[in-house]
Amino acid sequence: MNVIVCVKQIPDPAAPGALDPSTNTLKRDGKLILDESDSYGVEMALQLVDKAGGGEVSLVSMAPNGEVSGLRTALAMGAAKGILISDPALQGSDALTTAKLLAAAITRAGGADLIIAATESSDGYTGTVPEMIAEVLGLPSVTFAKALTIADGKLDAQRQTEDGYDDVTCPLPAVVSVTAGVVEPRYPSFKGIMAAKSKPVDTVTAADLGVTSVGWAGAGQTITNVGQAEARAAGTIVEDDGEGFAKIVSYLENLKVI
Amino acid sequence: MKIWVFAQEAAGAPTSGTLELITKARSLGDVTAFVGGDASGVAAALGEYGAAKVYATGDLGGKLHGVAVAGAMKAVIDGGDAPDLIVFPQTTEGRDVVARLSVKLDKTVLTNNTGIAVEGDTVSVTTPIFGGNTLVTTTFTGTGPFLAAFRPKSFVAESAGGAAAEVVAAPVPDLGATGGATVTAVHVEESSGPKLDEAAIVVSGGRGLGEADKYAMIETLAKLLKGAPGASRAIVDAGWVPYSYQVGQTGKVVKPTVYIAAGISGATQHMVGMKGAKNIIAINKDKEAPIFGIADLGIVGDVHKVLPKLIEALQGR
Ligand SMILES: Cc1cc2nc3c(=O)[nH]c(=O)nc-3n(C[C@H](O)[C@H](O)[C@H](O)COP(=O)(O)OP(=O)(O)OC[C@H]3O[C@@H](n4cnc5c(N)ncnc54)[C@H](O)[C@@H]3O)c2cc1C
Ligand SMILES: Cc1cc2nc3c(=O)[nH]c(=O)nc-3n(C[C@H](O)[C@H](O)[C@H](O)COP(=O)(O)OP(=O)(O)OC[C@H]3O[C@@H](n4cnc5c(N)ncnc54)[C@H](O)[C@@H]3O)c2cc1C
Repeated sequence: MNVIVCVKQIPDPAAPGALDPSTNTLKRDGKLILDESDSYGVEMALQLVDKAGGGEVSLVSMAPNGEVSGLRTALAMGAAKGILISDPALQGSDALTTAKLLAAAITRAGGADLIIAATESSDGYTGTVPEMIAEVLGLPSVTFAKALTIADGKLDAQRQTEDGYDDVTCPLPAVVSVTAGVVEPRYPSFKGIMAAKSKPVDTVTAADLGVTSVGWAGAGQTITNVGQAEARAAGTIVEDDGEGFAKIVSYLENLKVI
Repeated sequence: MKIWVFAQEAAGAPTSGTLELITKARSLGDVTAFVGGDASGVAAALGEYGAAKVYATGDLGGKLHGVAVAGAMKAVIDGGDAPDLIVFPQTTEGRDVVARLSVKLDKTVLTNNTGIAVEGDTVSVTTPIFGGNTLVTTTFTGTGPFLAAFRPKSFVAESAGGAAAEVVAAPVPDLGATGGATVTAVHVEESSGPKLDEAAIVVSGGRGLGEADKYAMIETLAKLLKGAPGASRAIVDAGWVPYSYQVGQTGKVVKPTVYIAAGISGATQHMVGMKGAKNIIAINKDKEAPIFGIADLGIVGDVHKVLPKLIEALQGR
């Protein structure tokens, strides 16, 4: 069974985010890393291929400046190869354009039995790209999978809902988005890291994929203002001297909620 | 302006997120609600809040909303009744429908919004980013239908006293291979007490509780205050509590009268889900914890000392 995982490479979420003042897009000029949300998809794909007893895991990613460090992390975990879409023309692309490009890269890779993405990325978090990819490719999809098994050419998933979960069944090929925590991602071994250095990454442009109208021109939206939200007034912060609980009780009493 | 609202129901009534969007939409234009499923039980409420008309797909037969409702919407649009704007709650189903429709119509989508303004034909939305500290306003360019998704509790739902809406069938067209996914069973996690996103008091616990057993303190406290227990994602991912307890960017948005955060650091993704609380009380042993930056009352202390005493004091009342 062949699985393709969409992996986003993002600025380190631990570093404070900033907008580029000239374009109002998120600054992505520093080193990029594998979005942690996608490490679950990579792990899930490796486990499913392992269980199927054959096939391989491939990656697709779109990122600026020919960035591959996040892809290398996923390759070090065990993926076999990757396609990187990188093109200065893609600056300012929206989720729809991103999905069209990723779908074209998936087709270029020869398609797969299963395409996995995360429910949402850590930096843009529109949460729409996986479902869009499915529509572009004309495939069924199951979003928010928190458990996933494959048998007899179909998948069975537990799909997280607002107040529980649904059992969903779906024929392959299909697109699935997985939640954080669906599996425990492995740490790349030293051997894996060394092997990843020589695994193939095919770098392509939007034109190579035949997708036109990309970047700002294709986005259908323009940022018209960036402002600061109203700050909350500073509160009272006290060290607990054993009577901290009483401060909470009197605060609640004042509000008349107790 | 002609506006469609993707209307969701739960337990036979429109969800609060749906009514919030209908209320807002009626101040901007003419409102049609679009229901995935049978609308007979909700048409009255949708009309009361301001929808003049309801499109309903009829029973989805286990198909997921995303592909089915987007297909039905596209069919109505192709049939000649195109809205200028379609608004969606930023929920599991809302996200799926807007994403599928975005591709079908080849239109961009703006997500995670909390505000909207319409001037003539121009539609702008505002989105909080970086944990809500920065507000970005984005304007749709080109022609509609414009597609926008809104975080729950962005607007206040108010009845307009409207009459029941006229229901018009909008059947799901043949979905081909895209319609392959089928729901075979539904599992609802039962909880007693008020719902997390409706409770007047929410008590949430985080990794600072140390271990899963200690979450019982959060539940006890919530019960004593007639509130709902909540959680940070750290302890949901760790399996201490189900996902339905999660507050934040990828969980529930809550706006209670009082929010108590115990052993929660205050990551930006947590804060976007609870910043709208009227009063915030935080208990954290680290006085530098970001949660204190938005707390009205902060107790720098150990949850294992403060919570048992607080529970005892409340039990004694
Ligand atoms: C704060 C912020 C807000 C934004 N809001 C919007 C908006 O409202 N509408 C809009 O159209 N664009 C928006 N964007 C731009 C958007 O983030 C990018 O277009 C991005 O390329 C795709 O969207 P996402 O990260 O939201 O993907 P999501 O749909 O959240 O991603 C889900 C999954 O899809 C896969 N995936 C997504 N992008 C890639 C990629 N580049 N490479 C490989 N796999 C990927 C990953 O598995 C990812 O986890 C926003 C960007 C930022 C920084
Ligand atoms: C894409 C994305 C989406 C996310 N969505 C969400 C979301 O919806 N909701 C969410 O909550 N998070 C979300 N997160 C995760 C978020 O970034 C944080 O990791 C998470 O909120 C941390 O949870 P926490 O505060 O419980 O844990 P920690 O950050 O580990 O904080 C624990 C706190 O407990 C304190 N503490 C420790 N011991 C004690 C003690 N004995 N007494 C008192 N205090 C103590 C510590 O000082 C610390 O401040 C998301 C992350 C990403 C990348």
